[in-house]
Amino acid sequence: MAVFPSTAAAEAEGRSRKPRTKAGREGTTRGPNSRTQKAAYVFIAPIGLGFLLFYLWPMLQTFGFSFTHFGPFGGNTWTGGENYARVLQDVTVWRAIGNTLLYGAIGLLTLPLSIAVAALLNRRGLRGVAVYRALYFIPFVTLPVAVGLVWNWLYNGNFGLLNEVLSWFGVSRHFWASDPSTALWAIGVVAVWQSVGYYLIIFIAGIKGIPQDYYEAAELDGAGPVRRFFTITIPLLSPSIFFAAVICVINSLQMFDLIYVMMSPMNPALGSTQSVVSLFYQWAFQQNNQGAAAALAFLLMLLTAALTFLQFRLQKKWVHYA
Amino acid sequence: MRDSLRRVNGGSVATHALLSLGALVMVFPFLWQLLTALKTLPEAVHVPTTFLPRQWNWGSFKEVFTALPYGEMLGNSLINTAGRTAGQLVFCSLAAYAFARMRFRGKNVLFALFLSVLLVPSSLLILPQYDIIQRLGLLNSPPALFLPGMFSAFGTFMLRQFFLSLPRELEEAARIDGAGPFRIFWSIMLPLIRPALAALAVITAMWSWNDLLWPLVVNTDPAKMPISAGLTSLEGQFETNYPVMMAGSLIASLPMIVLYLFLQRHFVQGIAQSGAKG
Repeated sequence: MAVFPSTAAAEAEGRSRKPRTKAGREGTTRGPNSRTQKAAYVFIAPIGLGFLLFYLWPMLQTFGFSFTHFGPFGGNTWTGGENYARVLQDVTVWRAIGNTLLYGAIGLLTLPLSIAVAALLNRRGLRGVAVYRALYFIPFVTLPVAVGLVWNWLYNGNFGLLNEVLSWFGVSRHFWASDPSTALWAIGVVAVWQSVGYYLIIFIAGIKGIPQDYYEAAELDGAGPVRRFFTITIPLLSPSIFFAAVICVINSLQMFDLIYVMMSPMNPALGSTQSVVSLFYQWAFQQNNQGAAAALAFLLMLLTAALTFLQFRLQKKWVHYA
Repeated sequence: MRDSLRRVNGGSVATHALLSLGALVMVFPFLWQLLTALKTLPEAVHVPTTFLPRQWNWGSFKEVFTALPYGEMLGNSLINTAGRTAGQLVFCSLAAYAFARMRFRGKNVLFALFLSVLLVPSSLLILPQYDIIQRLGLLNSPPALFLPGMFSAFGTFMLRQFFLSLPRELEEAARIDGAGPFRIFWSIMLPLIRPALAALAVITAMWSWNDLLWPLVVNTDPAKMPISAGLTSLEGQFETNYPVMMAGSLIASLPMIVLYLFLQRHFVQGIAQSGAKG
């Protein structure tokens, strides 16, 4: 456990007398003495041990799991890359990856919606901003399971309110959440609805950071509200948009709760809505297929890393830092 | 000036109309949930749908407590939420203080290691975490729910940012007065980051109360489940008793909604500070 070299504290005295230039940020003017060094390790130890046990060690273990076959009585056998080969050949995996990417794409639709609401809330002299913000945010704090149950009830093919309302417009009854062709979108709508308020908060903060002078200058030049929105708000908000997009993609790739709640095991649309994480859950805890599940989890991590990396690369093309 | 004022007012009618429509969409499902919970089962599934209940039936709110160990589940959620939140406040603030204000050997390496925890998706770690909980003999126990969640890299980073922003004179004065590191941390620095602690607390409470995947895995005994997982079993057993299901989900989501309405400012600050799940 070289992670906590507390024994090294004593010999650290001499080596850590670095130039004092960093001291201002670090908050100490004196060089570290062995007492503060020891205290620092004591301060870090509780969470450090927690991380070791519950995060760092499991990281290594999952990696190990992904190369083993789980026997019935703990008799795990090393199988090399077999799990990965199996996972990559499995049609359900590719379907789940496709679904997950689609959830990500649908999730991104939340951003323009929240930006529009944030821009409306930013109008000068608008009253009730706090009330609107509170109302839009409530779905986000609500128990996701409860959210899924309510929406399933709204979507219900027999008694659902959605069908009732649509029937006024002559749309015929539809089982939104159990028809394979609409179920993923039905879940996606709920995900968007749920997270609008969250991104709204990020964008309100971003818009507040834009100097008012720009708007006044543009107004003097005769730019209308729409023009001002596209030439000032959007470009200057782009760092916030970028941040939100990264978070949004990461969160969408982890889709699980809504799918688990809205899709019962008998639902005919299960296969066409299953995400990588829900497939992982099914394999790991319902079908006792841990080795393959671990491999699947690793693929998800690679996918997340790849998409995040891609976003950081593309950032240079559209994000403006003032 | 007056001209521009009038223009703002004219535009604000349309703005309010749009925003209110949006707000209605955000809140309506909850209203519908409440109205359904107050209907009798025959009325809830009656076609065409009635909007207001013909007779206001509060029975579903009672029935949900007999249909499931619902009270226990709420209690488990409370324990889970309290445990995680208290753990994070203690552990994260200690480590954050050390990383922000103390100099020690191996700091950068350790910090990088902490960062790596932040980057790994939680689902990746569930299998071995389950294994550890099982070996500790903690499956279907209250600590199983909150044990891994007490340690948060996100909480550490967030609090570290706040500690970094404090002036160093206070610390120096205390040191000259002979206060030890723990005393400086506890009586001087920690009180100064109270807003950050509050923000971390409400955000952690929300993630804990709402968490589903981990509880589904470690506590499968209904009496040991938190309400998030418990509701899914209600869905299984009472697939067709919609009023009871709606009453159950309403009660389960109420604590967070109330917490949010009272502590909005801290929620907003926590969100602005965070981004990813913690």
